[in-house]
This record gives sequence, structure tokens and C-alpha cells, in this order.
Amino acid sequence: MAEKEKMSIVVFSDDLDKALAAFILATSGASMGMDVSMFFTFWGLNILKKNSGGGKSKGIMKKMLNFMNRGGSRRLKLSKFHMFGLGTWMMKKLMKETNLPSIDEFITMAKQMGVKLIPCSTSCGVMGIAEGAFREEVESLAGAAYFLNEARQSKVALFI
Amino acid sequence: MKADQSLDCMGLYCPMPIVKTAQKMKDLKKGEVLEVVADDKGIKQDMPAWCETTGNEFLGIEEESDEIKVYVRKTKD
Repeated sequence: MAEKEKMSIVVFSDDLDKALAAFILATSGASMGMDVSMFFTFWGLNILKKNSGGGKSKGIMKKMLNFMNRGGSRRLKLSKFHMFGLGTWMMKKLMKETNLPSIDEFITMAKQMGVKLIPCSTSCGVMGIAEGAFREEVESLAGAAYFLNEARQSKVALFI
Repeated sequence: MKADQSLDCMGLYCPMPIVKTAQKMKDLKKGEVLEVVADDKGIKQDMPAWCETTGNEFLGIEEESDEIKVYVRKTKD
């Protein structure tokens, strides 16, 4: 294998379960010697936001949106059975019991393995997310053309 | 089967055994054999697939009750 095989994932959702699937595939791909890029767009950007907050949005609507849509890897909810937090709490407990890393740990692990975490610039612009809102592991922002160029060369391209 | 190094993945689920195997293989020299001990049944399918993709040699599986041992030879540096 002269050139590394590529894998591209669009992470659209900020559901805990979907984020988990995305990171399991990304870290597995990296373990298999693939060059993995993850593009975070729309709600998916919440996964990359700092848990501690940060980054000021401009304009009242964007401020309100980012106040309500706070994000952070530790605040993700299950797509089903969230049950006002009870279901998500139980799922996190089960994940811990089965020694599965948390999303936080998956982000660190993925980064160490060379997975690229790329926020979508348009989503950031529309939703008024300042670059300072993201954790330090992220790469610079990019657009659809960058993703498509990566996806075009990828043997595996997914939308989650 | 004799192995040069062993990796304990008991109690770990996908993707952790594969992730740890990939990291551990960096410590091995070309030609050496790694034994991975796990209890997640998925490893019986995952490890041959990992070997096929990475080009390492899959040597086989040994099973004793809940313990699954898989053997991999590193084929390149």
C-alpha cells in the first residue's frame, strides 16, 4: 500500500449515539492504516465545542442560538430514550461499565491517531459559532469543496 | 501458539482491541508475533479483517471458554 487509503465522514448530528458510531468508525479506520477526516457540520459542531463554553457570537439571534444550543462533548443526548437525561445518564454508565471510551476520550484518541477534525465553515458562519468556541483538537475550518475533494479520493465516505 | 508479546484486551469492546493492537504493533519488530487476549467475540471477525487491510499476517485463533486468543505476525516495519 503505497498511498494510504482515505476515509471521510460527515458528522451532521450531535446525538450521543451517532457521535459514538462516527468515532468508533474513525478510530477503527485510523487503526487500519487509513487516513481519516471527519467533517462536522450543523448540529454535529456541538460535539467539538468546548465543554467549558467560550467564543462570543455576534448578533442577538446568534447569541441566543448558541446560548440554547450550548454543545460540548459531555452534553450530548441520546437520539432515543433521552428521558429528560435519565436514559442518557444510564447509557453513559453502561458505556463506562463496558470500558467503552466516552466521546471526550474518543476525541483525544482520534486526534492522537491522526484523525482530522474539521468544522464546516458555512455552518459556523450561519450559526455564528466563533472559532474560539471549539476545543483545541480541531483543524482549520473548511467548506464543501474540501470535503468533496477528500470524499472523491476516499474508499469509504459516510454521512452520520 | 508462541508469541513474542501479549496484549490484554479482556473486557474491551470494539473498537478498543483493534485500536490497541494497532498501537502495540508499533513496538514489535518485523516477523514477531503478537498475541491478543480478548473476550469480545467480534474480534474473531475483526482481527482477520484488520490484517487483510494492514497487510499483517493472521495466524489463527485459540479459544478456551470465554478467552479468545488471536495471533498476528508483523510483516513489515
